[in-house]
Amino acid sequence: MSVKRRWPVLAAVVVLLLGVAGTLWVNRTAPVPEVHSRDLLIDVVDGPQHDQAVQIDATFYLPPTTPAPAVIVSPGFGATKTSLAEDATALARRGFAVLAYSARGFGRSTGQIALNSPDYEVADAHQLVDWLARQPEVQLDKIGDPRVGVTGASYGGALSLLLAGTDPRVDAIAPVITYNDLSQALVPGGVFKKAWAGALFGSALTGGGQAPGACGRFLPEVCQAYTELATTGRAGEQTIDLLKRNSPASVTSSITVPTLLVQGEQDTLFGLDQADANARQVKGRVKVEWYPGGHDGGPPGDQVRADIGDWFGFHLAHTGTDPGTGFSYQVQGAFRARGAPLTRTVTAPAYPGAEQHTVALTGPIQPVVNPPGGSPASVSGLPGLGAALLGGSGTAATGLAGSLAADLPGESAVFTSAPVDSQLLIAGSPTVRLSVSAPPGAESGSTVLFAKLYDVGPDGRRTLPGSAVTPIRLDAVPAELTVTLPGIVRPVAAGHRLQLVVTTTDQAYANQTEPAVRTIGLAGNSALSVPVVPGSSATGSGVPTGPLVGIAVVLGLGLLAAIVGLVRRRYAEDLDPELAEVPMVITGLTKSYPGRLTAVQDLSFRVERGQVLGLLGPNGAGKTTTLRMLMGLVRPTEGEIRVFGHRVHAGAPVLSRVGSFVEGAGFLPHLSGAANLRLYWAATGRPAEHAHVEQALEIAGLGDAIRRRVGTYSQGMRQRLAIAQAMLGLPDLLVLDEPTNGLDPPQIHQMRDVLRRYAATGRTVLVSSHLLSEVEQSCTHVVVMHKGKLVASGTVEEIGAGSGEASFRVDRVTEAARVLRELNGTGPVTVEGQVVHADLGSTARSAAVDALVRAGVAVEQAGPRRRLEDAFLQLVGEEARS
Amino acid sequence: MSEQHGVHTDPGAIADLVDAAEQDHTVVGRDGAVSSYRARRTLRLGVELRRQLRRKRTQLTLGFLAVLPFLLLIAFKIAPTSGSTGQRTASSAFVDLATASGLNFVVFALFASASFLLVVVVALFFGDTVASEASWSSLKYLLAMPVPRGRLLRQKALVSGLLALGGLVLLPAVALVVGLVWYGSGELVSTTGEALPFGTGLGRVALAVAYLAVSLVWVAGLALLLSVSTDAPLGAVGGAVLVSILSQILDSITALGDLREYLPTHYAFAWSDLLGSEVDWGDMTRGVFSSLAFGAVFLALAVRRFTTKDITS
Repeated sequence: MSVKRRWPVLAAVVVLLLGVAGTLWVNRTAPVPEVHSRDLLIDVVDGPQHDQAVQIDATFYLPPTTPAPAVIVSPGFGATKTSLAEDATALARRGFAVLAYSARGFGRSTGQIALNSPDYEVADAHQLVDWLARQPEVQLDKIGDPRVGVTGASYGGALSLLLAGTDPRVDAIAPVITYNDLSQALVPGGVFKKAWAGALFGSALTGGGQAPGACGRFLPEVCQAYTELATTGRAGEQTIDLLKRNSPASVTSSITVPTLLVQGEQDTLFGLDQADANARQVKGRVKVEWYPGGHDGGPPGDQVRADIGDWFGFHLAHTGTDPGTGFSYQVQGAFRARGAPLTRTVTAPAYPGAEQHTVALTGPIQPVVNPPGGSPASVSGLPGLGAALLGGSGTAATGLAGSLAADLPGESAVFTSAPVDSQLLIAGSPTVRLSVSAPPGAESGSTVLFAKLYDVGPDGRRTLPGSAVTPIRLDAVPAELTVTLPGIVRPVAAGHRLQLVVTTTDQAYANQTEPAVRTIGLAGNSALSVPVVPGSSATGSGVPTGPLVGIAVVLGLGLLAAIVGLVRRRYAEDLDPELAEVPMVITGLTKSYPGRLTAVQDLSFRVERGQVLGLLGPNGAGKTTTLRMLMGLVRPTEGEIRVFGHRVHAGAPVLSRVGSFVEGAGFLPHLSGAANLRLYWAATGRPAEHAHVEQALEIAGLGDAIRRRVGTYSQGMRQRLAIAQAMLGLPDLLVLDEPTNGLDPPQIHQMRDVLRRYAATGRTVLVSSHLLSEVEQSCTHVVVMHKGKLVASGTVEEIGAGSGEASFRVDRVTEAARVLRELNGTGPVTVEGQVVHADLGSTARSAAVDALVRAGVAVEQAGPRRRLEDAFLQLVGEEARS
Repeated sequence: MSEQHGVHTDPGAIADLVDAAEQDHTVVGRDGAVSSYRARRTLRLGVELRRQLRRKRTQLTLGFLAVLPFLLLIAFKIAPTSGSTGQRTASSAFVDLATASGLNFVVFALFASASFLLVVVVALFFGDTVASEASWSSLKYLLAMPVPRGRLLRQKALVSGLLALGGLVLLPAVALVVGLVWYGSGELVSTTGEALPFGTGLGRVALAVAYLAVSLVWVAGLALLLSVSTDAPLGAVGGAVLVSILSQILDSITALGDLREYLPTHYAFAWSDLLGSEVDWGDMTRGVFSSLAFGAVFLALAVRRFTTKDITS
């Protein structure tokens, strides 16, 4: 048996292990391609006269298979090749030969910083392409022309544009958070971006193995241009020329290669407008991506990096799907999961794809004052420091940075919209028309203003998206002008207002130092024109077919199981017509548990109508197990029980003719006794008038307690209620297990009366008990069980009284035995202590007593021999008597 | 004691019973049953529903689900909002989002309760249903009526399902009423800042509740399996909840990678995909399949176990 049972377990374990192993094998991680790198110094010659030798410090990363297309990764301002290691390795793993280097003037590269000058940095980069063309690991388009892409962030991104515009060998570029025109970026609207420029210049003043000096590692002409800007706050023609010459704008119209422009939405240095200018000027295929980061918000995440890899993969190695020329932007939600804001990506088919929405603004014409010296100044953010100060991890801090903005009263004019009806997702630069004039009598010369757009919540909390402001310089007032506000991506929630604020000062800029008073008012249609780029949320996948089929299969199997269940329920009842009138017949009933005692063994007996049958046996004799099998609760190992001819199984309909109380009452403790009986009967589904609830409740006789919760009942009360429940519907066979347990003597007496009279109506009662006297007094018939086996059965008289046997308690047993043997027709005589048993046959007991007395034997007691008691006591021992 | 005083059987009662028994003659059908007995009428849904609804446990559970939105509301009302400094913290953004509109309040209530409370509710209704009958010893009397075992399990599962579904709908319904009264019928704003008009949002929330119901089928199946395997209701409920928590813990170990997709709770929050303007049905389809597949296996095991086991409670 145990071996048979172990097999399925073993099989299940094997299948499970195979399943796990298979899953692990299928899901095993692909081996990470090994990337080799080597550090090298590349000698280049640059300068206007092409005569300055410079060594470029570089690292060459090689993919497992070569020759491969190459990618040049150019660092940001102040960064060196070491900061590019992670990006370069990732690209090399994708199968590119990657050259990462430190620009001249940075790291271990020699030379001075020339701000991406065509004569210096760009000339160096041309020679890096030459170097790549000489490497055997690099795939060539033709001799001297490697298959090469260029990428980089900020300073490096501009270099990739400048190189692509001047070197036809470049095949694809992916500039990240970079500028189009440095003069526009650093001196927007003619106002110097003091804080950012200072931070950048300062970062390159020291180091590089050169003696500290006012110009640090900068080329003298660059240093001179910065000095002019920083000291006067104005850019002269020469400075503007220098910045323009060193900007991608000078070459973008010559760029014909595929260009992926990645720009940050949190960027007060190079805003979205810079990428917009690049996108409009570049002649090749252009794709634009905005992500929620930038110089204020942090570098791009995994998604954007993967997009850059895909871009080069398709355009250099011709692998993967076409990334296309569309436009996507990420929108940042207000909610953070594990510290990082949740974002979603909106994809539009083309760039810019903007629709203009109009939002009306209201506000009177307001005077604003420019304080002498431009101080105190309004705050829009912390350029370049925001991310570092406010918690480091880039995008996590931008939400805070946006709420740092503060405007000074008297220095700002405020125009507010009505709350928006539904969410307005701004993607781009809103525009507005303003009129600026000087009050009568005030001077009306040069004017510097800053315009910014707040998102104001219903509680008045203001957020400055992107921390960005647009500076405006007017040479003369009055003037009417269109102000292009900074490019932002901002979901303005329903109920929020938009607020245009025009200030005279801003901490991040070189403010006007001369005091001035201006009046600001709305002009034109007094409304903001807000760009909205409709698109689809790029979540991609539709309904996957695999799981869909799986769902159908599961539901189909469920339906099948239900149908099979319905069909199986209709199997024929096993009926023995000859026994149709016999309340119960048990034949060869056995219940054994593996590894334990056999509870019932080969038990057979029958019960007839009108009988009160006692099932007698000590505790553990198998009585209760037998009754449980009779109720269909326990499945017999062998043999069968038939009730009115129908074989009993779990849920056999014939059980509806049986009322039972077996091993304790079972009530819902939270309901009253009466409610329990009514719900019990309701659960049978039979008509209420068949229940005879009233009569049953009277039998229970619980009085007022019947309306109390059963949980409060005593043991005896539960017992009585349970017997009443068994009697509901007046069953033809009433089965009661130890019915008198817990009842007091008068109640026991009444219970016997109930059972006897109930059986007298032609019904049958089966009572189990471990008490002999109980069975003797209650029952007409008895079955004695011990250790699961039938010991004796018959009527109580048959078994209890024997047939004509008698017992005599006498003083002289030997004499008494002799006298009895001599009586006419007497059978065997036995002596047991002071008692003599004799089969008197036809002789009356009185005659036998008479004979004994005449023989001089004193008879203390004379009666029928109680063989049942003998047998029972012998079986159960002394303990059962107590 | 006075209680014992009242307990006695009047001799007249016995006569009444015998009278009734003499006049009442059992009519027997072809299947051997009393003619008024029909297996398909036993333990009708209404009866079982009455048995369950009158339990304190059921009333308390449903009551708590109805009160929860008010507790959340009070919590939001007494929570200190950011002061005049305008400092925005992550938690204030959280509260902002939850109180952006009535629908957002509903979504928040669902988010707050989906991973534990609703699991407990489903496990409670399904895990307790058979095991509590076993612990009261009333199971054997139901089976001896006889209610066929398959039918008993089905009726009990259906009623548990009705109660669990009732609870699952009650919470968002009350939250919606509370949300509409206090936060208005504005747009549904998602965690990623997308906004849906009220009508669409309401439909999406209804779909989310439907998905939640389906995604908890596996808990129901497991709890039912445990319920028929033990006589301790607490063991069945606790066991199912424990497995759910274990699955959630394993799911949070990202190192397990794709293996986590086989965990029953992996797609528990896939309904949040409904909150964007464009719905990604991928994870939800996978989640429905995962839950139904687990649920079907557990249910089949439960049926097999219950129809073959010996009832010894």
